[in-house]
Formats: sequence, C-alpha cells, structure tokens
Amino acid sequence: MNPFNYQRATAPEEAIHAASARDAKFLGGGTNLIDLMKDGVEHPATLIDINHLNLTQITATPSGGALIGALVRNSDLANHEMIRRNYPLLSHGLLSGASPQLRNMATTGGNLLQRTRCYYFMDTAFPACNKRNPGSGCAALNGFNRIHAILGTNGGASEACIATNPSDMNVAMAALNATIHVQGPKGKRTIPFADFHRLPGKTPEIDTNLKPGELITAVELPTPKFAKHSWYLKVRDRQSYAFALVAVAAGLEMDGNTIKSAGLALGGVAHKPWRSLEAEKSLAGATATPEAFKKAADLAVAGAKPYEHNAFKIELAKQSIVRALTLAAQGAQA
Amino acid sequence: MSAPPCAAPSSDYEEEILESEPALGDSEFSRRTFVKAAGILSAGVATGVPRIAAAESAQAAAASTPQTIAVTLKVNGKTESLTLDTRTTLLDALRDHLDLTGSKKGCDHGQCGACTIILDGRRVNSCLTLAAVANGGEITTIEGLAQGDNIDDLSPVQAAFLQHDAFQCGYCTPGQICSATALLEEQKHGTLSTVSFETGHTSNPQLTDDEIRERMSGNICRCAAYPNIVAAVRAAARSVQA
Repeated sequence: MNPFNYQRATAPEEAIHAASARDAKFLGGGTNLIDLMKDGVEHPATLIDINHLNLTQITATPSGGALIGALVRNSDLANHEMIRRNYPLLSHGLLSGASPQLRNMATTGGNLLQRTRCYYFMDTAFPACNKRNPGSGCAALNGFNRIHAILGTNGGASEACIATNPSDMNVAMAALNATIHVQGPKGKRTIPFADFHRLPGKTPEIDTNLKPGELITAVELPTPKFAKHSWYLKVRDRQSYAFALVAVAAGLEMDGNTIKSAGLALGGVAHKPWRSLEAEKSLAGATATPEAFKKAADLAVAGAKPYEHNAFKIELAKQSIVRALTLAAQGAQA
Repeated sequence: MSAPPCAAPSSDYEEEILESEPALGDSEFSRRTFVKAAGILSAGVATGVPRIAAAESAQAAAASTPQTIAVTLKVNGKTESLTLDTRTTLLDALRDHLDLTGSKKGCDHGQCGACTIILDGRRVNSCLTLAAVANGGEITTIEGLAQGDNIDDLSPVQAAFLQHDAFQCGYCTPGQICSATALLEEQKHGTLSTVSFETGHTSNPQLTDDEIRERMSGNICRCAAYPNIVAAVRAAARSVQA
C-alpha cells in the first residue's frame, strides 16, 4: 500500500475542498477501497475520512418517501423500521450482500461506488485492464469470463470492458427508482439512479457520472409502491457471502391480480445495475400470470450477448426474473 | 435495449505505471519502499515510456514519505495512545503495537473473518479498518471477553465454544467468538438476515440453525467445524436468554 495523507473531515464543504487535492479520495467504510489499496489497484495520495460527517440519518420526505444519509451503514439501512416496512426490497437486497461484519462497515454512498469484482481488474499481475489502466485492453474478453456482463456491451472483439457492477443495494435501488443527492465545488444537484452508473463505452475507467470532487450526501427513495409485493433473488455459487451471478430486484404494485406498476432491475449482468423500462412497461396493466412474467423476462434480457463462459447467464437471468416476479406477486414478503 | 449508455464525463484520471506490487505484510514498510522504488526505476529503464515523468511525480506526491498519525483507542477497557503510520490497519495496531495477538490475520482482505473484533458495539473486519478511522473508538477483542482468568469467567459464547468443541486448529476461533458475541446482541434488537426473508419471518426472527449459519457466514473455518460452531452459538443464545 502506498503511503498516504489522512485527513478527517468534519463538514461536507471541508471534505469537498480537501478532495481538490491531487489523487485524493473519500474514505467511508473502506471495505472496498482499503482492499483495493492493499492490492495496489487504488493508490490515493490523500484519504479524506468522511465517516464523521453528519450524514447518518434516515428521514421521511414530505411526499412519503425516504431520504437516506450517505453514511448510513448497510446493516442499519436494512434494519431500519421505515425501510423494512416501506421498502422491504431494499432490506432484502442489502442483506443478500457481503457479511454482517462488512455490512456494519459499508456505507450507502460507498456501496454506490463499489468497484467491479472482475478478476483481471483486481489482480495487477494482469497488465491488460482498460478500467485499471486505460488503453491496455481487456483480459476478460478472451479470459475466464464466467462472471462477466451479457448486457450493455457491444458484444464484439473491440469491447473495452465486460466487467459487472457487484452491488446488491444498487440493484434494489434501481428497481425502486431512487435519486442520488450530491454536493460538489459548484453546489448541490440530484442524479436519477439510472443516470448515475455508466456503461463502459470507450472509457470503462469511469464507473459513474459523478464529477471530480462531488460527494454523495444522500439517496432519496420515492413514495413506496412495492411494500407488499417485492422480492430480491440472488443466484450465486454459494448460498451466502458470494457475489451474484445473476440478481433480480422485482417490485409489483398490485390491484387484486392486476399489476398496476412494476420495478425490475438485474444485477451481475452489466457494467451498471440493469433496470429494464421495457419489461416494467409490459407488466403495467397485465394480469400476474407466468406468461406475463416470461414476456417481461424476454424483454429484460433482449440484446444479451454471451462470451465464452457466461452464455448460461441469459437463461439464468430469464428464469430468475420469472421466479422473482412470481414470489413478488405472491406477496411472500408482506 | 434497456438503459441506454450515458455521456461520459471528463476524466482527471492519472496514468498508472506501477501495476504490480508484491503483497507484503503491513509491518514491512522498509522493504516495500525499496521494492516500490526499484519498480519505478525498472519501469522507466525498461520501457522508456514517455509518461513516466508525470507518473513519477504523482507517485512521489503519494509515496515519498510514510505519514504518521496519533491514535487513541480504548481497547478492552484500557486507553491506549499510539503514533502509527496512516496505513496501519486496526488489526495490525492491535497485533503489532499492542501485543494483542488474539485477533488473527487470515486473508487480510475482509473475506475470512479471522480478524473480527467489536468496534463501538458492532462486529467489523479489523483488517479493512484503518486505525486512524477507529481513532477514539471502543474496541473489544477476544482478550476482553472473559471477566477474569478462571474458567468460570469465560463469556457465555466462549464457554459454549469450549463445551461444544467448536474448533479444530483454533485459528479462526477468536473471530468466530467475537462475531457470535455481536450476533447475540444484534438478535436482541430484532435484526433480520436474508434467511428471515426466505422463511417469511421478518418480525423478530428466532435464531434457527439456518439463521445462525447465515449470520455467521462472514467467518470461514477451514477445518469445517461448522456443525459444532452452530451448536455452540445455539447454546450460547439459550444461555444468554435464560
């Protein structure tokens, strides 16, 4: 690990100002950043410890939604009474990720910025990684790509990066249509969840649309619609404490057996949490039947392109979507 | 196609020259510094990459001198003041600076749980916690769980691990016991796990064996003493409730 300067910030403005220093990074729970620093993947010159900023509350918004401070720990968020009652999809998703110890450390803002678990990104012994070393190529394209993306890539040999976003929280928040609040050198702004994370394009080294020096201050959830009908399905190699091969966050707003509206997002399949507006539209107004769920599944993975070792993900994603929607419709979580 | 790509913002990304660094223990600063200096030199000589100058200065800004910080920790009830390299993890502070070697370094990457300690009432991986971040915090390690030196002084979880033979080699045991101790505290507050959702018990779930397994999944046991660990946690939960 490189030597670094450590600064403890006491106010957002102070943290944002400190972030203008060369190679400075914010430090939250550290579960990802410290790990990557030990591996030599990240080497900031300055760490700005933001753990003491007053961004730790969860409050109700006037519209009946929720405002989650960026420093709320994953375990506190998952177990918060209002989140459990109004957004069980988020609790379920959060508790599907990592371990109790890591969830006690990891923050809401940090989880949004969690970097990929692509083996080639995390192992500096592989020189080719466009995300770690822009222009160097992608070792995963012709390597072991079982865990890699099937959506949002060009699907050709010229692809720059086929890494996936590893977060479960992000998948649930995408389906819940969250909004991210940020503060930067030029003031405050909000970013719709779908516009926060990026597809790789030709610049996979940039994970998000945050601007330099911007600090995530909160995540806002809209008025709850899926409190009675939601399910988070995570398919992985181990039953616990493993990253998703495919994850599905499914929320349904039901009127009897009719779906009024739906939220559907996938994890483990793309460079960003993969929300499918087409699938959500096809579900809205439909009767909750296996046929409707299969149609939504087909729409959600339309255009999927497999690589050598991950073709199984296409069918796995479809079946997982049908299962998650079925369990959500049953109100198993109510 | 769903989710169209978004416009890319401008990047202030710095080129990375030093891609490989041997994984060294945190106490080997002098050797690491040497290896890193040699790495910069050989990269420049071998490749003559033009951007070396920029990269070197970026590295120099970050890496020329180790930075230190004063840290005060309350460990097992005793206040300790240390001056530490900013890179020092809480685990290394406990083991190398306070001689509390009960907490173990397994993977050093937050994957095995051997380093689990209780920080401000919550179980965390001390290998991924910087000592500087824990500054001012209250820490309980395996050394702080027993009330005294006699066997009767063991904590309920320690006693249960002993009674149920919940280990073989014992390397993961301090982390397992700290983790289980915090688990019982979390249970008192009605926390959920993913198993609570799978089983539909999302209101004050009981500690079934499936719940224990899920809630202890952050602690790996390479000897696979899992059946006895589950039995010990189950017994400790009962003795705490009784």
